[in-house]
Amino acid sequence: MLLLILKRIGLGLITLFIVSLITFVGVEVLPGDACTTYLEREAYGAALDACIKRLGLDVPAYERYLDWASNVVRGDFGYSLSGEMPINEVLGPRVKNSLVLASVSILIGIPLAIVLGIITALWRDKLPDIMISTITIFSMTIPEFISATLLILIVAIWLGWLPGIVIIPSDATFYELLSNIILPVVAISMIMTAHMARMVRSSVIQVMASDYVQMAILKGVPYWKMIFRHVLPNALLPAINVVALTIAWLLGGVVVTEVVFNYPGLGRLVIESISNRDLPVVQALAIILASIYVGINLIADLMTLMLNPRLKSLQIRK
Amino acid sequence: MNEIIESVKNLSIGFNSQKGKQISILRNVSTNIKKGETVGIVGESGSGKSTLALAMMGYIKQGLFPLKGECLFKSEDLLKMSSRQLEKIRGRKIAMIPQNAGQALTPNLKIGYQIDEALRLHTDLNKTERDKKISELLNKVRLPSPETMAFRYPHELSGGQQQRVAVAMALAGKPDLLLLDEPTTGLDVTTQAHVLELLRFIAKDTGTSMIYVSHDLGAIAQVSDRIVVMYAGEIVLEGPARKILKEPIHPYTYGLLKSIPKLSLAGLPASMPGSQPQPGSINEGCSFYDRCNLATDHCKKNSPDLEHIKELDTNVRCFNHKELINQNNNLQTSITKKSNNSEAKEVLKLKDVSISYAKQKFFDQLLNKISDQNPTVKDINIDIKKGETIALVGESGSGKSTILKSIAGLLKTKDGQIKFENDRILSSDLKMRNSNDLRAIQLIFQNPDESLNPNHTVEQILSQPLKLYFNLSGEELKKNIIDLLKKVRLGEFYMSRYPRQLSGGEKQRVAVARAFAAKPDIILCDEVTSALDVSVQAAVLNLLQQLKEDLGTTYVFVSHDLAVVRAISDRVAVLYQGRLCEIGPSQNVYKFPSHPYTEVLLGAVLEPDPDIKPKLVAEDIVEEKPPEKGCSFQGRCPRKIGNICNSEVPPWQIGENGNAIRCHINIEELASLQQ
Repeated sequence: MLLLILKRIGLGLITLFIVSLITFVGVEVLPGDACTTYLEREAYGAALDACIKRLGLDVPAYERYLDWASNVVRGDFGYSLSGEMPINEVLGPRVKNSLVLASVSILIGIPLAIVLGIITALWRDKLPDIMISTITIFSMTIPEFISATLLILIVAIWLGWLPGIVIIPSDATFYELLSNIILPVVAISMIMTAHMARMVRSSVIQVMASDYVQMAILKGVPYWKMIFRHVLPNALLPAINVVALTIAWLLGGVVVTEVVFNYPGLGRLVIESISNRDLPVVQALAIILASIYVGINLIADLMTLMLNPRLKSLQIRK
Repeated sequence: MNEIIESVKNLSIGFNSQKGKQISILRNVSTNIKKGETVGIVGESGSGKSTLALAMMGYIKQGLFPLKGECLFKSEDLLKMSSRQLEKIRGRKIAMIPQNAGQALTPNLKIGYQIDEALRLHTDLNKTERDKKISELLNKVRLPSPETMAFRYPHELSGGQQQRVAVAMALAGKPDLLLLDEPTTGLDVTTQAHVLELLRFIAKDTGTSMIYVSHDLGAIAQVSDRIVVMYAGEIVLEGPARKILKEPIHPYTYGLLKSIPKLSLAGLPASMPGSQPQPGSINEGCSFYDRCNLATDHCKKNSPDLEHIKELDTNVRCFNHKELINQNNNLQTSITKKSNNSEAKEVLKLKDVSISYAKQKFFDQLLNKISDQNPTVKDINIDIKKGETIALVGESGSGKSTILKSIAGLLKTKDGQIKFENDRILSSDLKMRNSNDLRAIQLIFQNPDESLNPNHTVEQILSQPLKLYFNLSGEELKKNIIDLLKKVRLGEFYMSRYPRQLSGGEKQRVAVARAFAAKPDIILCDEVTSALDVSVQAAVLNLLQQLKEDLGTTYVFVSHDLAVVRAISDRVAVLYQGRLCEIGPSQNVYKFPSHPYTEVLLGAVLEPDPDIKPKLVAEDIVEEKPPEKGCSFQGRCPRKIGNICNSEVPPWQIGENGNAIRCHINIEELASLQQ
């Protein structure tokens, strides 16, 4: 068991290593270097030399990679070009803000998806299922930038209930954030919840048709007890991996939504640093987003392993 | 004894077809279950027997609904009860033992919890009493070490053990009526005999009534007091078990009994023509009319009622049953088959073949070292003569299918050689074989549902080997396909059909035709009849025999069913844990002396005769892998003589009947032991 966990973690680290190589090489093969792209028309003479010196671009690429990678391992992403301040300081509050946005969406989205999935499965082809299924399929088909825009139009502009865009500094406190994120959270969790609810629905329907559920009924187990003991644990197990994928996929949604709502998070930073050609920040963001992706999938794999008695005993026996 | 606990009255169950018509699966079924009685409900797939059994628990499968009639349990109609009321009855008054316990036990809950759940729902015991009761129950169904068993998950148990857990779970609520839905189907022969023995013991011990649903008349014969025979949703015959099995007075039951291969009989069982009608296709007349050889014009127009025959205490649904009354001696006959020429040349030789599923470790592979010293299949030496049918027999895990796959080239051998015609070595790698060798060896699979491409018509399925091996096209291709269909007794109009439009037997015929399309020298048959109904099985066996006699094909026939093997094969090889135990002409292998394992297998076979009881001489333990040294059967052998069995591989001894046995016990001594 422990060996398997270590193996999975090792694989994750290898993935991250490859991601770092790709981003580094990607930045390398772009025409010009960080300094010329950043300084643009002023990229000559003393300014350029100073920039090259400051970023250490005068040493061979592999040395720079090693240098950069070893710093990243220690948690130091170097300096951003635009602000000329440590990237860590730029990232810190942004990471926090995005985490708040993502975790609130997840905390609302997952339980809601599970509940909706179960309701639609148990009342299959009846009124609750037809209504909820129509809504979920509808919200699955609208991309975030449209639903976000529509939300702003309806809730903020027509009804005037909530602010349309977020006008807070990136180092705002948690409470300041909360009051501002309602609309972004709705926009993000809509698609995610819809996807997961559909998944839970089909999983529950499949388990309901199994021999062991028929057996439980014939054993005289009361309906809801059967649902909670015999159906749900088996139905939700395969859903864990899908939830992980959905969460990872949510990262992309966060980028778009943050831009639409002007939310000071990681997503907006991605767009900003790309348009500013701040390559060190882009590199740092690529590594961070990849780590989140790898981390979530790792957790999902381990959870499936822990919860599935079949896999668990298989590992112990080995 | 005569108190009726459940009675079904005029029950019809059906569904609404897409055209909005009501189609019934059960038609007007009435029967009574008395206290302490075991009733066997027998029928082929689609006869409505499971639907009837589930309805007796007030459970109707999704999509079906009761059309009329009632199911009275202690004079209350189960079909009218609320789910709250049913929860009080299910598990407590009527309990179910399912067909496939492996799938009927909830995978995420421990065995102990699942039994405890039944106890909590249906008894007033407290926690400590319940824990004690769980051990008691596990003990009662003879599971080893009940204390630790309770903490295991279903998948950690063998098939037989899972079935025993299901029995324990059903007994937890002390039901008055036990419903068994094919409880031993899918288990190995010895395990099946043990589970049946356990059920018989429980019926006697607790006085519980049982309803035993099965397609297997052998199993039914062992447990039932009374038998109900179902056909196309109706009861066609009902009466005391002995009468039904010995003097069947309904032509369907008569044909069914004749189509079961029996251990005591050499030769092929007689088959019944046709197949069971689809629900909704019978509009008038007797539902068995198409397949009946007693049928008259009267039967075509009028459907018979269930008629009570007083002297036999039997109910029968047939106008002409009197004609069958004196035909019972004919039950013990079979079709003799032409034996093959023993002078024939050998066509396939397996020499010292070993097969291993263990993956070679990377470094061992580099050093070309053999890492697995204890392969799944070891030291197989079999010479197969042209035109003979050789059967490989054994329980699951005996390596019989593994050997077949290796001959087909689907699995690489680890050691030894497979020689084909004139001692030419056949590569065990499919890619290394030339087109002619590929053509010469064909496979027929167990389940035609999975081996026929559902998106191809019969014409497309059959044209593939013809195009591939003989480059046929156009009119010639079509002519060949029609010829093939004729050979397997299917009409030309089957060409445009898809597999889903065929019955199980017809599908297997198409699979047989596909194998013969390549004009093969050898056909490998992997459990080809085990997914089929008995009457269809007999027809397929007869077809295979006929084709062999006409075309001189050689069969390697893998089966777990000793009676089927007895019927079709010329020679039998008995395997245990991938090692040969005994090999010889089939009429001799079925005689004594035999290898102790053959003795165990033969003893466990269930015959459709209440007078022939199985002999259980060995425990039904499941061994996960073959022993490292000594005799492969040492772990379960009832005749083990001592240390020599554990340390030395037994030598081959040849009996006077010509069968070779691998055992440390002297063959004459073995003969006297088994008398």
